Amino acid sequence: MSQSYNRGLIEDFSRWREFQAGMWAWIFHKFTGWVLIGYLFTHIAVLSTAIPAADGATMMFQGSETDVFTGTIVSLEGLLLVRILEVGLLAVAVFHMLNGTRLLLVDLGVGLEAQDKSFYASLILTGAITVASVPTFIAGAF
Amino acid sequence: MAERYSSFNSGGRMWLLQRVTAAFLIVVLAFHFFLLHFVHHADEVTLAASSARMEQLSYYSLMVLFLVTATFHGVNGVYNALINQGLTGTKRTVVKWTLVAASVVLLFQGIRTANAWAGGFPLL
Repeated sequence: MSQSYNRGLIEDFSRWREFQAGMWAWIFHKFTGWVLIGYLFTHIAVLSTAIPAADGATMMFQGSETDVFTGTIVSLEGLLLVRILEVGLLAVAVFHMLNGTRLLLVDLGVGLEAQDKSFYASLILTGAITVASVPTFIAGAF
Repeated sequence: MAERYSSFNSGGRMWLLQRVTAAFLIVVLAFHFFLLHFVHHADEVTLAASSARMEQLSYYSLMVLFLVTATFHGVNGVYNALINQGLTGTKRTVVKWTLVAASVVLLFQGIRTANAWAGGFPLL
C-alpha cells in the first residue's frame, strides 16, 4: 500500500527556486493541458461557422461572396499572428503528447530510472519538431 | 517503492479512463495535425472539402470519438488539477457540475457542427 506525504503545493512561490526536472515536467504538462482544453473550446466555436454555412450563409471575402465557414477560416489564416499562434499550439500539443507518452510508460513501470532523461528528450524533440514545422505553418502567410 | 504524487485514486475508473483516452488521443491528435496541416493546409480549407471528409462514416466516427475523448480527458484533467490545488466541499461540487455542463455544451455544439458538414449522420 502506498503512503501519502504532505509536500505542500508545488505552486508555492519559494519552490520555484529549487530546480527539479520532475517539477518542471509537472508544470509544463499542466500548462500545456490548460492551453489545449482552452483551445478545444475556441476551435469548436470557430468551426461552428460551418452550421450557418451549410444553410447557405455567405460573407464578402476578397471581393467575392464566400460561404461563412470558408471565409472565416481563410481570413483567420491570413493573419500572421494566427499562424504564429498555430506554431505555439503545435509546440504545446507535441510536448503534451511526448511527455504524456512518457507518463504512460512510467505508469507501466517502464523507464523509471531514466525519468529526467526522458523529460529532457521530450523537450528536445518538441523543439526539433516545432522548428521543422515552421515553414509548413507559415507558408503563404506573407 | 515509488511514492505516489497523483491526486487520482489508484486503480479507480477515472484514473484508467484518463490513461486510455490519453493513449487514443496521442495517435488521433497526431493524425489530425498531420492531415490538416501537412497533407492539406489550413489556409486552403473549404466547406466542400471538410464536408467531403465528414460524409465518410469512418472519418465522422473518428472525429466524434476524438471530440468525446478530448473533452473527457481535458475536462477531467482540469478537475484533477483543481483538486490538486486543494478544491474541496461545496466549491468542488459546483466546479464539477460546471465542468460537466461545459462538456455537454461542447459535445452538443461539436456534433452539431459535424452533422452540418456531413449533411446529417452519414450512413455509408
